[in-house]
Order: sequence, then C-alpha cells, then structure tokens
Amino acid sequence: MQQLFNYFIKNKTFVLFSLLFTIAITLTVKSHEFHRTKLFNSSNYVVGSVYELSNSISQYFHLAEENKLLLEENSKLKSKLFNQPKYSPVDSILEEPYNLNPAVVYNNSYSLTDNYITLNKGLRDGFKEDYGVITSKGIVGIIDKISSKYCRVLSILNSNSNINVKLKKTNHFGTLSWDSKSAGIVQLNDIQDLVKLTVGDSIITSGFSSIFPANIPVGTINSYRLNDTKDLYIIDVKLFNDMTSLKHVYIIKNTDLNELENLNQSDE
Amino acid sequence: MNNIVFVNIMRFFGLLLLQVLICSNINLMGYINPNIYLLFILLYPASNNRLLFIFCSFLIGVIIDAFLDSGGTHAAASVLIAYIRPLFLKFSFRAAYDYQSIKFSNTNFAQRYIYFLSLILIHHFVLFSLIVFDQNKMLLIIKQTFYSSGFTFLLCLLIYSLFSRKEA
Repeated sequence: MQQLFNYFIKNKTFVLFSLLFTIAITLTVKSHEFHRTKLFNSSNYVVGSVYELSNSISQYFHLAEENKLLLEENSKLKSKLFNQPKYSPVDSILEEPYNLNPAVVYNNSYSLTDNYITLNKGLRDGFKEDYGVITSKGIVGIIDKISSKYCRVLSILNSNSNINVKLKKTNHFGTLSWDSKSAGIVQLNDIQDLVKLTVGDSIITSGFSSIFPANIPVGTINSYRLNDTKDLYIIDVKLFNDMTSLKHVYIIKNTDLNELENLNQSDE
Repeated sequence: MNNIVFVNIMRFFGLLLLQVLICSNINLMGYINPNIYLLFILLYPASNNRLLFIFCSFLIGVIIDAFLDSGGTHAAASVLIAYIRPLFLKFSFRAAYDYQSIKFSNTNFAQRYIYFLSLILIHHFVLFSLIVFDQNKMLLIIKQTFYSSGFTFLLCLLIYSLFSRKEA
C-alpha cells in the first residue's frame, strides 16, 4: 500500500494529466451521443449570460437587415389576411394546435461538424426540450438542452440531426441530415429511386412528428445522386434559410404534445 | 512574483473572452477559426508548479468547450499540450531551459517560432481529430488542422509582439 502511494506521489503529474485527459475524452464521447451532455453546454447559466451581454451589443449591427425581413413577412401575412374567406366556421376541432413564439438567437455556429444555436428562451417561458425552431423562411432545428432562462437548439447543420421531410410535388418522404460540408446544403436520404426528381423541386416538412407541423418550407433540390447500393437517392437540398445569419426565430409549441405523448406511452 | 500571477490571471480571462466572443466567430472561408487562447498555455512561466499548470489548461479548455458546445475536445487537446510542453521547451530553447531561466522575451525568433508552431500543430491535430471523431475523414482533419494552425500561429505571433514589451 505504501509503495502504491509512493508511486502516485512520484508520478503525480502524470496521474493528474491522465485523470483530466480522461475526463475531457469522456465529455467528448458523451457529446457525440445524442442528448447526454448535462453540465458543459451553452444553455448553462453563466455561458448564457455572457452570450446575452455580447448579443445586446451586436444586435444593433443587424437592425436594418432584420427590419427588412420583418417587413417581408408582414406583407406576406397581410396578403394572406386580405384574401381569407369571409366566413369561417367556429369549431373546436379547427383550433390550431401549434403556437409560434418569437426568440432571439444569442449564439449561432455553422462551421463545425456539430452545430448548436443558443436562444434567449427557457423553461420559465413555458418551453421544453424537443420543441421545433423555425424562421419565417424555413426550419432551423430542435431544442435539445434547456435551462430556466436559455435553451440550446440542435441545428439542422448537425450530424445528429434527423428531421422528417417530404417532396412537395409527390409527397414522398425521407430523412433530412447533414454531411457537415457546406452550411447552405443539407442531404435528404431514403427517397426511392422510382421517384422522379427535378432540380428545383421544393422540400417541405412532412408533419409526421409532433415537433414540426406539415408544410413548413425547407429548401429546393440542388442536385441528386444514387447511393452506394443504387436503390435510394441522396438529394442535396439547398436551404431557404441562411443558417449563417440567424437573428430572430420562432419556437413552435405544440399544445397537443402532452396528449400525443400519453397516447404513445400507453402503447408500451 | 505577484505581478506574474496577476498577468497570468488577466491573460486567462482576457484570452478566454476574446476567444469565445470574437475569434470563434471569424469563420474565415467558412470554417477557419483561430484558437488564440493557446497563448495562455504557450506563455505560462516555464519554471512552475506543473500540477497547477495542467489544471489551469484543463480549466480554460473546458470553459471554452462550454461556450462552443464542443464536449471536451478543447479540454483534451489543451491538457495534452500542457503535459508535453516541457519536452518542447527543452527541444526549442536547449541551453536556457537547462538553467531554468527561460524568459520568452529573451529568446530568439527562430526558437520561438519552432516552439509555438510545434505545440499549435499538435493541439489542432488532437482537437480536430476529436471534433470530427471519424477516422474515415482523415483528409478533413488534416486540412482543418493545417489551415487553422496557420491562422492561430499568425495571430499568436501578432498578439505576442503587440504585448510583449510590457512583460520581461
């Protein structure tokens, strides 16, 4: 026993090094597994407040651009409003299950292989994990970590991101993922080679999950090729969103989420 | 003595904030970001308590990981170069290291360049290997290591020559 202690004291530098290195590697491995990291991420209170401070300064530089975007969206909504049919029946079935809530982007990464976005909304604003995040142009990602004041969004530019989408024209659906190469292009997999594709076709969300409602725009087909086994397409999708300049986003709250979750749990 | 402690504490927080608020958002050519917080590890006094030094390197790495949501990649790379630093000090500043009297401002350019560049390259290689975490993407790892190291090296030298007069 004495010898063991002596050994540790003699090599204390190496022992400390191996200990810290192991901790760091463990953190790395855990972060590569989905939904695991608990302590060190940007929904953390201290990290969030630093980003909040930095954002309060940098937001002024983007005001003109943001105003333009809001104006565009306003005009779109106004035109929809003016063209609405005059009478709509009052019925609880027709109540919309999705609420949109505005949020501000505090930190956005898009150049790494696994990208995350930090927003200024948290548990105390009534949000939870697995809520979807979109902009007026298209989808952004899904909330994966949340603290009381901040939340972290798993961006669609993340190798762990899998979102169900479909072709607008033919309704064939597949999974949207990212090969971590370009911030403007994501990949749509699992589309059968029987489907006829045209460059420029629109891709929209399928609405199969409770996270995103159907028909949110995603992007257009940029190019496509067959996969290694020659039976499925890999489609490069050009995003409508510019993921490199996100400032204001919307969090989608699904009011039926509890009911849906209960329904799915009762199966098990 | 107190002055050195103070300078290093300021360097720790100064470089940390500079890194997470500015340098990690540069995205030159889409993905190249300099990791200037390495200056803290590179310029830490050579005659030191190694345990404290390794722990500080871990700390700065882990805090940067928290900001960048990168798991423990920066922490691992930082701890590694903190541990192997004496080897490179010996290799780069042979005579001065033997007498335990290294002052970075007294060393000549070539020695300093070799010392900076070798540690920065190792750090970035470990960092990107862990970030990409896929041995099939070796080319991507090497490419990113190469570009980011160059950028980091350049910025480190610039910052170092800007502030070096005050120390010594």
